[in-house]
Amino acid sequence: MPGRKNEVRRIQVTGYQIRKIILEQSFRAQVGHIGSALSIADIVAAIYSSVLTQRRPGEKDRHRFILSKGHAALALYAALYLKGWIQKKELDSFCSDGTRLGVHPEIGLRGVDFSTGSLGHGLAMGAGAALGARLGHSKRKVVVLMSDAECNEGSTWETAMFAAHHKLANLVGIVDLNGQQAFGYTKDVLNLQGMAARWKQFGWETHSVDGHDQKALTKILRSVKTNFGKPHLLVAKTTFGKGVSFMENQIKWHYWPINQIEYKQALKEIRD
Amino acid sequence: MLLTGDLGYTVLEPFAQQFPQRFYNVGVAEQNMVGVATGLAEAGYIPFVYSIATFASLRAYEFIRNGPMWQRLRVRIVGIGGGFEYGTLGLTHYALEDVGLFRLQPEMTVLVPVDGGQVATMLRKTWDKPGPIYYRLSKRDLPLIEELAGKFTLGKAEMLRRGKDILGITMGTMARQTLAMADRLAASGISVGVMAVASLAPAPLGQLKRELEKVGIAFTLEAHYKIGGLGTLVAEIVADNDLPCLLWRCGVEDHRGIHLGDEPYLLKQHQLTEARMIKKLVTMVKEGKKRW
Repeated sequence: MPGRKNEVRRIQVTGYQIRKIILEQSFRAQVGHIGSALSIADIVAAIYSSVLTQRRPGEKDRHRFILSKGHAALALYAALYLKGWIQKKELDSFCSDGTRLGVHPEIGLRGVDFSTGSLGHGLAMGAGAALGARLGHSKRKVVVLMSDAECNEGSTWETAMFAAHHKLANLVGIVDLNGQQAFGYTKDVLNLQGMAARWKQFGWETHSVDGHDQKALTKILRSVKTNFGKPHLLVAKTTFGKGVSFMENQIKWHYWPINQIEYKQALKEIRD
Repeated sequence: MLLTGDLGYTVLEPFAQQFPQRFYNVGVAEQNMVGVATGLAEAGYIPFVYSIATFASLRAYEFIRNGPMWQRLRVRIVGIGGGFEYGTLGLTHYALEDVGLFRLQPEMTVLVPVDGGQVATMLRKTWDKPGPIYYRLSKRDLPLIEELAGKFTLGKAEMLRRGKDILGITMGTMARQTLAMADRLAASGISVGVMAVASLAPAPLGQLKRELEKVGIAFTLEAHYKIGGLGTLVAEIVADNDLPCLLWRCGVEDHRGIHLGDEPYLLKQHQLTEARMIKKLVTMVKEGKKRW
């Protein structure tokens, strides 16, 4: 009964389930970017339980989700698996030779509409997708999840202006405000203080939210008005490496893979 | 749809007036323009994005590569003013590497039309083709080339003139000069064939190989760096097929130390004038006769 199995899986798109898969797969493949993926687990869970609720990934008038911070793709793959859109065997191929599941997401994998991996591209593609939806008289939303450091990229602000000017209210940007980037804390690299105020100044409707509160995130994602008007920006305050004490807010875990002892400890911590 | 990066004043207005719903001036933001076009193309639209060739190609290059190129989407990049067409506007406006850069991208169709007639045919034949396309257009309003008669076939070159001693291979607006050189050399008893390659990618590999096999001397002429463009394409064909012909590649070597001026002045500074090239070709024919 594959349909029923999918049904069971679909209701389990939770931050915990996503975290568990992130740890399992990154440990198995010995690949990093764990902290970045853990920080968006609840956001991704909220997106897939409130906006991307369609049964099949290829539905014509589906909502679009762009993981602009592509390096956190494991969180996305986990959600696609939990939705029943990719199989366990495919999930287990993460980062092995011949896989379609790389460190960054690529089109060609069921459920991925846009390839990402270079920061500062996702929002522009999302604005195009949102404009396309409007021109086609579609009610679909476009959700773009960015990292906070992605706001270092000038192109992000080019699109911020464009989307506000064209009143793309069906475009929902989310900034994962975990305060970290590859080589340091954002406050030390390029201070991003007043993130919401910056977007507001650019003409966006901003919503500040706890990025680990799936219910609060879901509520906003469901309620945003998508008619002609200001585009939406959720400033989601998160903890880098959320759920694993020794990873939280530690720069090292941007790139580092986990060993056996750390893996067991991490699994225990996210469960508790 | 047509998107412009705030350029095309006095050119794009007729389209904007006729199709206001399909025209967007996205502002001076080329990266965003290509990103938006990528999103539109994924939704099924065919956006043409327009800017000066350097900005359309270089400023947005990574967005083109990661967007429509890798994702095989129908985004059309229209770069206006190849080579030195922007004359006194200076170095920032000279598109000397655009063709080379796009030739490097495996999914890109790269088209450099010779004249307006060919542009029209090219657009009719390619506008809805899968994957991205780069159109390098001239900003000058030059008379049409009779021999071409507006012909264009994707993946083919047009033989503008037959000749048995030398084959001149050219692209874009340099076709005019190549034809003029062929006329002058004919008067000196040297028969020069002229081939215009508008489809740089997919390239007319077989056709070029066959024509190169027939001659002892070939040259390429382009308003582009000598590296990466048409000359390199032809050199690749010569090397890949062990062809015995002599190949002389004419393009822009280096722009250091050269002052500004209009296009003919700049071409002269780069030794790309008819007179200088004819002199060299005559020498090549003489030496070639000794060699073979």
